[in-house]
Amino acid sequence: MANNSDTIIKIEHLSKAFGEKVVLDDINLDIRRGEFITLLGPSGCGKTTLLRMIAGFLQPDSGVILMEGNDISEVPPHRRPLNTVFQRYALFPHLNVYDNIAFGLKLNKVPSAEIESRVRKALKMVSMTDYEDRDVNSLSGGQQQRVAIARAIVNRPKVLLLDEPLAALDLKMRKDMQMELKQMHSELGITFIYVTHDQEEALTLSDTVVVMSDGKIQQIGSPIDIYNEPVNSFVADFIGESNILNGTMVHDREVEFIGHSFECVDEGFGTNIPVDVVVRPEDIYIIANAENAKFTGVVKSCIFKGVHYEMFVETDKGYELIIQDYNAFDVDSTVGMFIKPNDIHVMQKERTCNTFEGKMLADNKVEILGAEFECENCTLNEGENIYATINFDRVELLDNKEDGIVMGEVVFILYKGNHYHLTVLTDDGEKIYVDTNDIWDKGDIVGISIAPSDLHITKRV
Amino acid sequence: MKKFFAQSYLWLLLSLLYAPIIIIGVFSFTEAKVLGNWTGFSTKLYTSLFSGGVSNGLLSAIENTFTIAIIAAAVSTVLGSIAAIGIHNMRGRKRQVITLLNNIPMLNPDIITGISLFLLFVSLGISQGYTTVVLAHIAFCTPYVVLSVMPRLQQMNPNIYEAALDLGATPFQALRKIIIPEIRPGMISGFILAFTLSIDDFAVTIFTKGNEGLETLSTFIYADARKGGLTPELRPLSTIIFVTVLLLLIIINVRARRAARKQGNI
Repeated sequence: MANNSDTIIKIEHLSKAFGEKVVLDDINLDIRRGEFITLLGPSGCGKTTLLRMIAGFLQPDSGVILMEGNDISEVPPHRRPLNTVFQRYALFPHLNVYDNIAFGLKLNKVPSAEIESRVRKALKMVSMTDYEDRDVNSLSGGQQQRVAIARAIVNRPKVLLLDEPLAALDLKMRKDMQMELKQMHSELGITFIYVTHDQEEALTLSDTVVVMSDGKIQQIGSPIDIYNEPVNSFVADFIGESNILNGTMVHDREVEFIGHSFECVDEGFGTNIPVDVVVRPEDIYIIANAENAKFTGVVKSCIFKGVHYEMFVETDKGYELIIQDYNAFDVDSTVGMFIKPNDIHVMQKERTCNTFEGKMLADNKVEILGAEFECENCTLNEGENIYATINFDRVELLDNKEDGIVMGEVVFILYKGNHYHLTVLTDDGEKIYVDTNDIWDKGDIVGISIAPSDLHITKRV
Repeated sequence: MKKFFAQSYLWLLLSLLYAPIIIIGVFSFTEAKVLGNWTGFSTKLYTSLFSGGVSNGLLSAIENTFTIAIIAAAVSTVLGSIAAIGIHNMRGRKRQVITLLNNIPMLNPDIITGISLFLLFVSLGISQGYTTVVLAHIAFCTPYVVLSVMPRLQQMNPNIYEAALDLGATPFQALRKIIIPEIRPGMISGFILAFTLSIDDFAVTIFTKGNEGLETLSTFIYADARKGGLTPELRPLSTIIFVTVLLLLIIINVRARRAARKQGNI
């Protein structure tokens, strides 16, 4: 899509592992000249690793980073035409504000008269005029961050890398700095690559948002696209509040979820296909008159959130929805609701059951997930390669981790209106997906057990 | 009342600790040949110490002591600082093991260090003298420098080295312009510590000085005392050395406190 002169950084098949743990898995990304691009994701998703690789502090295991068409993967950081703003500022404590900012220029043997004018200009840009002689240790966090930004932009880099630069500031200061950064970006006209875990910050600042999870890019798009058209339930859950529900695409333009059938605008999924449905809380219209509504429910809670009220409503078919509205509705009152076709976002399901590769063992046993599981009525021979499938709701999680056949850690929780959809990472590094009504917390260590009758074995060729 | 006893206990303890030094100090201001006789106040021993009234042996011992201390402290400061940076950049188990290996020589009794070094030099066929004493002093001073530089590195924001590279500094420039200024207080403390340890040392020196007549102050005094009676000039000399070491220690402590206070402000 983007032609070559328009692309400043091109990342191709970039991968990195720290020991056993894969932190970046085949990343491909084009960054346009002059754009404000944000790498967004929860901690441990690989966003900082990717940034550090662009800066040159880490070497990729495989893949290349091209800058204006040249491979810079092997170029040491001090010879890359880009500068970084670090999360904890990383100012040089033994130098004053002026010398911190002039550091890069002095190394590049810029004449001292020019250094002085450029440092002053940079200080003006970050609203820190007259702070030249101050000791950096005497500055507040926000001021230190401004100096750190000035120290980077004074070198006129082609690309500015920002590693969660506002994470350590308080809310008010963060909002102010966001606006200033946006302003600075349009004034300087250089490419900003911004790393954050704050989805609101990403949506506010960016031209392009790259949502990352588990070392992979989940979605690349404009903030509006990411918000309105999330490609999967992870993105939908991570960006803003949302109702994520299991549904069935009955046929084109008709989807069934929460026990009702809705008109929608999506086509081309096929007939009777299981899908994920996303409805934003502000897109459910709620009215006191239950008779004219598409479906009804009972208000379970109502909290004032400043501009709007946030309500949890239990629907007539037993699903819990989060709804935001300017009007408050009494708790325990019956309300009516409807959703416009445009506001229903249908997503292909990534999977409909767990599938594992394994091997047949003797005596009706199979080896999957690095352990032995029993199965029933299996006709395959010992040693044959198999696929084992288990429905999400047939996986049993046990409090006592020793009671399970294998152990795992709950790494991701998605509420689906009437049950939880958990992602559990087993000791073997495989992910097993579980539908359950029990409440688990992220980070819980659980035992995993599967009844022999729930394990479906097919031959793998 | 309770406070009175607590105070008296403290002063009793301090006077016991310092009595020997005070006695030397006091008797350095009298002319009597034998330690313990008071023949009236006089600064004659000080004048004779500085105007050549003492043997050439003592003078060269003083000179050796200080040149050895300066060389050993300088070299071990360089070696120790480089080692500390290396250890700081290690991770996990490797770092624990190396830190332990660094700490063992400090706990090892000096006499063992001395004998081991003696055996090492003999087995390598190195003739012992000034050089071997310097090498031996570097060996036992370096771990102390590592120990005094490490905390500075740990307090340092780990990103500042990367920030320097990012701004265009080569790894060597980043070391010289950013890392060294950051750890300099630790290096200076380490140097002073190494210097006092070197001046102070007897056990290691006696085993590594060889038999070519090299003497440092401690070995000279030991030999002198065994010959029967201390040269009277050693009294003012001891006093001067004590005061010097005391001043150095005060400097180390003041620096450490100032650094701690600065850190607390951030």
